[in-house]
Amino acid sequence: MIEAYFPIFVLFIFALITPVVMLLIPKIVAKREPTPIKDAAYECGIPAEGDARERFPIKFYLIAILFLLFDLEAVFLYPWAYIYKKLGLFGLIEMGVFITILLVGYIYVIKKGALKWQ
Amino acid sequence: MDLIDIGITVGKVVIIFGALMGMVAYMTLFERRVIAFIQGRIGPNRVGFQGLLQPIADAVKLLFKEDVTPAGANKFLFAIAPMLSFIPTLLTIAVIPVAESSTIFGREVDWIISDINIGILFVLAVTAMEVYGIIIGGWASNSKYPLLGALRASAQMISYEVSLGLALVGLLMVTGTFSMTEIVAQQSSFLQWNIFKQPLGFLLFIIGAFAEVNRIPFDLPEAEAELVGGYNTEFSSMKFAMYFMGEYAAMISISAIMVTLYFGGWQGPILPSPIWFLLKVGAFLFTFVWVRGTLPRFRYDQLMRFGWLVLLPLALFNIFITGVIMVL
Repeated sequence: MIEAYFPIFVLFIFALITPVVMLLIPKIVAKREPTPIKDAAYECGIPAEGDARERFPIKFYLIAILFLLFDLEAVFLYPWAYIYKKLGLFGLIEMGVFITILLVGYIYVIKKGALKWQ
Repeated sequence: MDLIDIGITVGKVVIIFGALMGMVAYMTLFERRVIAFIQGRIGPNRVGFQGLLQPIADAVKLLFKEDVTPAGANKFLFAIAPMLSFIPTLLTIAVIPVAESSTIFGREVDWIISDINIGILFVLAVTAMEVYGIIIGGWASNSKYPLLGALRASAQMISYEVSLGLALVGLLMVTGTFSMTEIVAQQSSFLQWNIFKQPLGFLLFIIGAFAEVNRIPFDLPEAEAELVGGYNTEFSSMKFAMYFMGEYAAMISISAIMVTLYFGGWQGPILPSPIWFLLKVGAFLFTFVWVRGTLPRFRYDQLMRFGWLVLLPLALFNIFITGVIMVL
């Protein structure tokens, strides 16, 4: 089975070399004349102020955590879906219970306003 | 595995990879021309016949542009971030069958780079990595607009990835296999196409696909009007081009995935199979451009609300309905 991944490895080599070569060509042929103004961070033409890496809304963390939750759910669903034809009604009820428990958490998240962007 | 096998493998990779790179180059021209016609303009038609040499002219111009690295940037991450977003999009095509098998040097050659038994999982795993290139690029620039764009992009991509993944669960229940070749084989006639078995699943998948490749109406990461250009503001020269090539390559590979999973892959009457595959992929690429010419952009809170409060319950509902129908 492992040799099935050899062609993917070959493709990876191609996919790696192409961008590396493409990024190296400008290093050789393009001229570089750095000036302090040119190297400053772009802020619509006025001098850049402060550092960019400051605080940002906590919503983004929340989204990331919710993503982990629901992606894990998807991970559980994949093997289940794979053998669903054999499981039949039993599988449907089992997964129904699992999803219901998850939906309770989902409704809690909505009620708490975690998905409101205001 | 002997030399001829390795030769065939390398040959297949060269052909499919070359075709993809060619399509990426000409997709830029195709998009500009189609958008121009939608807006009642002519579009680039001066370089070569009907502008056919325009992509080459663009590439040469970008190669000779000065490569500026901002003073406060993290030099190493700034250099590798465009590659990180480009490489995964190219890897996706490894598991897509592009034509029916033919005989070369007395050997049966399947026109798929690798028919691994976990094709769908490979696609999901590799497309999920595209977000790294964007968030690392935005953070490494140490500039405000790119950072904002990168945060938006990553939040959006992971939100829609959930519904994208869940939409595929319904398909998986119907097909019962992860292998792309088997999924194509199951859709041997028009009425057996998976779109008829999973209409809601396909709708969810195509919406998720638009969000995954950051296209209008989900192009908030690069909203020109509010973020200057989003995560790629500080990138210049070939690095800038690479982000765009990554976007186009992602568009092509996700179209190819939709064709394979829902529209019978390379199968079709009369015409040879690669032509059918290209026609179907081309139809989706046209849809991508068409939608860009037609729809306005979402607002960010609308985008998030739509992803979490509409798409996610619908995806779960789709799984439930599919399950009930299959038991009955």
